[in-house]
Amino acid sequence: MRVLTAAFAIAAGVIVLLGYFFQVEQLELLRLRLIDWAIIIAAMAVLVGIYNLAAVQLEKIRARQKGSIYGVVLLLSLGITFVFGLLLGPNNPFVNLAVNAVIVPVEASLMAILAVTLIYASIRLFRRRVDVMTILFLLSAVLFLLAIMPTPFGALPGNWIITQFGGMLSRGGARGLLLGISLGTLLTGLRILFGIDRPYGGN
Amino acid sequence: MALGLLVLAAVLLLALTLWRRRSPGVLRPIDAYERLNRSVGLAVENGTRLHISLGRGNLFTARGGSAFAGLAMLRRLSERTSVSDRPPIVTSGDAPLTILSQDTLQSGYRAAGAEDQYRFSTGRLTGLSPFSYAAGTMPIMHDENVSTNVFIGDFGAEAGLLTEESDRGNSNVIAASDNLSAQAIFYASSQDPLIGEELFAAGAYVGAGASHEASLNVQDILRWLIILAILIGAGLTIMGAPI
Repeated sequence: MRVLTAAFAIAAGVIVLLGYFFQVEQLELLRLRLIDWAIIIAAMAVLVGIYNLAAVQLEKIRARQKGSIYGVVLLLSLGITFVFGLLLGPNNPFVNLAVNAVIVPVEASLMAILAVTLIYASIRLFRRRVDVMTILFLLSAVLFLLAIMPTPFGALPGNWIITQFGGMLSRGGARGLLLGISLGTLLTGLRILFGIDRPYGGN
Repeated sequence: MALGLLVLAAVLLLALTLWRRRSPGVLRPIDAYERLNRSVGLAVENGTRLHISLGRGNLFTARGGSAFAGLAMLRRLSERTSVSDRPPIVTSGDAPLTILSQDTLQSGYRAAGAEDQYRFSTGRLTGLSPFSYAAGTMPIMHDENVSTNVFIGDFGAEAGLLTEESDRGNSNVIAASDNLSAQAIFYASSQDPLIGEELFAAGAYVGAGASHEASLNVQDILRWLIILAILIGAGLTIMGAPI
């Protein structure tokens, strides 16, 4: 069975990859069909994931673990929105309200907390490690914030020097990091394509 | 060009994997991975838990690469910690990734001969949007006796909330991401930050095998080729040659 799952996965990967490079009609059709199947499976995986989320919360409630009340709130909200979403459809004003009046404000609040958290983390960085790279990191962050922040008097004098000169250095650095990440992604993909890494089928 | 690079990488990977099987390489020390290996041992000894967060990298996009790198590391870590009183917990913010993480955990338990101890609830989906994922992960870090948090995969700005929670719990943080924003946050908030492609070295540093060491060698070779191409291209441009 494990060999079969690996053979299926590798064959699907090879067909999709070849479909990108060679414009053969049959190969293209097969590639699109496989991607369609993968999308359907991924959609089903969301349901499995939600079941997993609910099962973990139920276990927490049953064991009366700390914070299980939040699990009750989560399961109730999940049940209500799921049932109403199924009955009324995703475009219904009531279902939209659940998103616009609950989820968006909660995520916006977390974003606000994040801003404070990041400032605090930057300050603590000096306590954690003081070296040249730390000083450069914080200095460039502060300079960029000064250069792009809106002020009542308009742009600060000399901000274009920071955005142009500093931007040139940071863009170069970012491209270097992204090149490294691309190479890593390429090699990870090849390992999976060759069946060396198999995060599926229990191997 | 792209196909040529792909074929070259594939040939080099296969050849170097065979070579590395015969003569394992010496890896340069990376502080974060040394600390991770120490933390795994400590977690097993003192009955605390390892929390591995794989981010929310969609497997249908290029972001999935970092998630697969995290899974390769998870396979090895689950094998090493499955006999612990408190098995590791894996969280993710993408449903297919959660299923793969459960499968990988189970494989690790099976390899350690402890499959009966595997619980599907140790691989959890904590949220499907960035902040719901963070909000669902934070209580786990707080309530489940976690001594080390490993964040490896695709994260965004929500990484700041996760590292803050980890700091509050005085637990170790080993963090790497393919996302530049998350890398900046991890740089500011972890003891030994992992930068750029160091994320993809995770497997080699936790002993996942010759192919992972060979991958690092291939990355080095390709990086030098790219540097050479950039230098030649810049030289030709300066000389006014058409490229």
